[in-house]
Amino acid sequence: MVELIIFVLMGAVALGGAVAVVKARNPVYGAMGLMAALFALAVFYVVHLAHFVAAVQVIVYAGAVITLFLFVIMFVGVDRAERLTEKLAVQRPAALAVLAGVLALAGVLVITGQFDWVITVGEGAEVRGTVEEIGANLISVEEGGVQRASRWLLPFEATSLLLIVAAVGAVSLAFYRPRRKEEPDDETAGADRPGRPS
Amino acid sequence: MVDYLWIVIALPLGAALFNHFLGRRVGEPRAAVPAILSVAGAFVYAALAARDFFVSERASEEAVTVVRLFDWIPGLGATAELLWDPMAAVMTLVVTGVGALIHIYAVGYMHGDPRFGRFFTYLNLFIASMLILVLANNFALLFVGWELVGLCSYLLISFWYTRPSAAAAGKKAFVVNRIGDFGFMVALMVIFAAFGTLSYTEVLHEPGEVIGAGAATAVCLLLLVGAAGKSAQLPLYVWLPDAMEGPTPVSALIHAATMVTAGVYMVARTGALFGLSDVAGGAAATVGALTALLAATIAVAQRDIKRVLAYSTISQLGYMFMAVGVAGYTAGLFHLVTHAVFKALLFLGAGSVIHAMAGEQNMDRMGGLRRKMPITHLTMLVATLSIAGIPPLAGFWSKDEILAVLFAKGGYYTVLWGAGLLTALLTAFYMARQYFLVFGGEARWGEGAEPHESPRIMTVPLLVLGVLTVLIGFVNTPFRLSFEHFLAPAFEGVGLLHAPEDGFLLTALALVSTAAGVVGIAIAYLVYHHASEDTRERLLGRVRRPLMTWEHGYWVDEVYGRLIVKPGLALANWSAGFVDQRVIDGLVNGIGGAVRRAGGRLRPLQSGFVRSYGALLALGAVALVAWIAARGL
Amino acid sequence: MIAAAIVTADWYMTLAAVLFLIGMAGLLLRNNALVMFMSVELMLNAVNLTFVAAARAHGDIGGQMAVLFVLVVAAAEVAVGLAIIVSIFRIRRTASVDDLSELSG
Repeated sequence: MVELIIFVLMGAVALGGAVAVVKARNPVYGAMGLMAALFALAVFYVVHLAHFVAAVQVIVYAGAVITLFLFVIMFVGVDRAERLTEKLAVQRPAALAVLAGVLALAGVLVITGQFDWVITVGEGAEVRGTVEEIGANLISVEEGGVQRASRWLLPFEATSLLLIVAAVGAVSLAFYRPRRKEEPDDETAGADRPGRPS
Repeated sequence: MVDYLWIVIALPLGAALFNHFLGRRVGEPRAAVPAILSVAGAFVYAALAARDFFVSERASEEAVTVVRLFDWIPGLGATAELLWDPMAAVMTLVVTGVGALIHIYAVGYMHGDPRFGRFFTYLNLFIASMLILVLANNFALLFVGWELVGLCSYLLISFWYTRPSAAAAGKKAFVVNRIGDFGFMVALMVIFAAFGTLSYTEVLHEPGEVIGAGAATAVCLLLLVGAAGKSAQLPLYVWLPDAMEGPTPVSALIHAATMVTAGVYMVARTGALFGLSDVAGGAAATVGALTALLAATIAVAQRDIKRVLAYSTISQLGYMFMAVGVAGYTAGLFHLVTHAVFKALLFLGAGSVIHAMAGEQNMDRMGGLRRKMPITHLTMLVATLSIAGIPPLAGFWSKDEILAVLFAKGGYYTVLWGAGLLTALLTAFYMARQYFLVFGGEARWGEGAEPHESPRIMTVPLLVLGVLTVLIGFVNTPFRLSFEHFLAPAFEGVGLLHAPEDGFLLTALALVSTAAGVVGIAIAYLVYHHASEDTRERLLGRVRRPLMTWEHGYWVDEVYGRLIVKPGLALANWSAGFVDQRVIDGLVNGIGGAVRRAGGRLRPLQSGFVRSYGALLALGAVALVAWIAARGL
Repeated sequence: MIAAAIVTADWYMTLAAVLFLIGMAGLLLRNNALVMFMSVELMLNAVNLTFVAAARAHGDIGGQMAVLFVLVVAAAEVAVGLAIIVSIFRIRRTASVDDLSELSG
């Protein structure tokens, strides 16, 4: 019963947030909507006993990603109104057709009973995504008294590499100062760069 | 000692690598030091390893050693194995011994050449390759050596590649050798098909139990094609005269003493196969006789000092083929050894003369060098008399044995004996002619030429080879057949043809062939030395037509040019112009054009609008899911 | 669990599907690069919800692990993507993707 209440409440928050992301004219509202939706999802994770994932969701998304989004939105300029007229003639009908296609497909599948969620509850033991559990699964697992590398170890290391690459890429992108053609002597820093004939 | 036989090959190979990388840096005289030492070291090592053969002369079982190095291609029976028997020992000693002397000589001859170190790189590589060839214990390794010496020959013929004629000569040698190699390769395939292995040990041990006479004939004829290519026999001899474009030490080492005898060695090595087929042996002997006679006639009318020797080499190789064709393997190998010595001497002497004349090779502009170059003159005289078959020099003994073997075979081979005798006469004539033109008479060189004796580093090898020319014939005189006994273990189970042992017959044959030599020399003396200028002109004018034909080598090059090269060029042009440009390029361009046109059609899809890509992506995903659903999950 | 008998995984799956569709609509209909980006994040999170729901239903920790990796990759993507948007904005003074169609065929 409790879960039903939580599902209805948080589901409404998530859907509302999602619609706000898509509909809001001002991107700041969109970002707020996104934050609400993500928070609702974090609540669902807790319901699903994925405590660690829920914590990460809040910290990483609400704490870092949304903040980053807000920074960029401020930088780009909130006041810059998005052009309302659709530039691409076929884009809007095509997008709506695709969405309608998805819905129609889902409807056909559900009605014909060809498709069920293929989920059987309680098949395995109840899993608790605590920090210890997740951490242990990430690095190594014990099997018959023998510690061996977890099957998640390689992806784990690979993502660490990916993060480094992303960080370096973001930094170098931020430092990159192209010369603007339309405004020649705008930045002295760019003009003073050695090896670049100005 | 024998277990580490690979050292013999590794030494010159190592020196070649050294000079390849460091030859330019260590400079001119020093680059030659490792080159000479490695070859001399290989000679000493081989001599020590061959010591057992001198001791256990009769113990044929122990005399043949197989040194296994490593597995190479086991499926072909081609393990990297070296065969060490008296025949291999003889070849190794000849290659390294004569090779070492020529290396020393080359230090003087190549003096001042900007690519001095590179020259010794090639020379050492050649020695290593030739040793692989003679020491191989299977046909695959033999083939490797065979191709490597061909490569070295090419590199050294066109060593002075800035001269167009040298570059062309190298190319010609390579292409003509390729024809022979084709036959050789087919022969190897047939051997493998018949025996299931390429190992000498299995193929050459009583091959009669595996293949019949017909197959043996086919194999041997194909091998003969390969041998004719490498050893410059009819009809593939045309590359050797042109190969004289290379430096003279190269001519001496590769195109006289060692590489060109590879064909003879190969026939002798596969004697067990040739023993199964009278036809193939007869073919080899006939080819040899024809080549010997033909080349001798051409040599008569050559003006270039090296071309005379080149045709002489072809002619002498013909002798060896005559010998091995009638299974007179020891006679053939004996001539191979003596020829290696005195022909190397002749070439080195000629090189000394050319060196003295500052590059002049035309004998018409020489003469009177007797007093200017005493050592060269003396050694050349010995070599000339040797090749002319004057006793007791080396050439007499070996040539005489070949003729005796041919005569002993009798029947059809008596005709070949006649051809050989005629060749002997011609040989004596053209060699004496060369001698008189170069050393005798009055000086005919132009103003400014100042002939002088060559430096000591060149004359010492000449002297050593001169002494050897006098002495080496005695290893196998009819009085004492040491060489034949020495080689006997290598021909265990092969039907060898020996010279007759009838003393009277031998003496008569020797007298006849000596007479032929003396007559040849006498004619040359009368025409080119004794007769006055006018008389000689008149005499030669009478035989102008044949002389003309011979001077141009029967126009064989021209005939080959018309019959083979021109159609070949036409074919190549056709395939380059039509097949390549129209068909193949057309195909490639057609595919490229089709892709380009298809790309042109599909270009609008790539609008640059991210959102339309997104829409297409979503559409694709929906279509994919729909398809999966339609298939029924 | 009593509550699980009432709210089955199917409910969460349906919710996730709807969130995904909304994100897709935003991606296809808006032309502000930032909004599109946020829509992508929304779609990623919809998928994450299915993972977590499936993890509980199957009793397999793997679903939660997958979510972790998606989070990490999404974070990296945000870092680079926002940097690109900032770079573009510095040159072109626009955040609309429709003005960026130089890479057309």
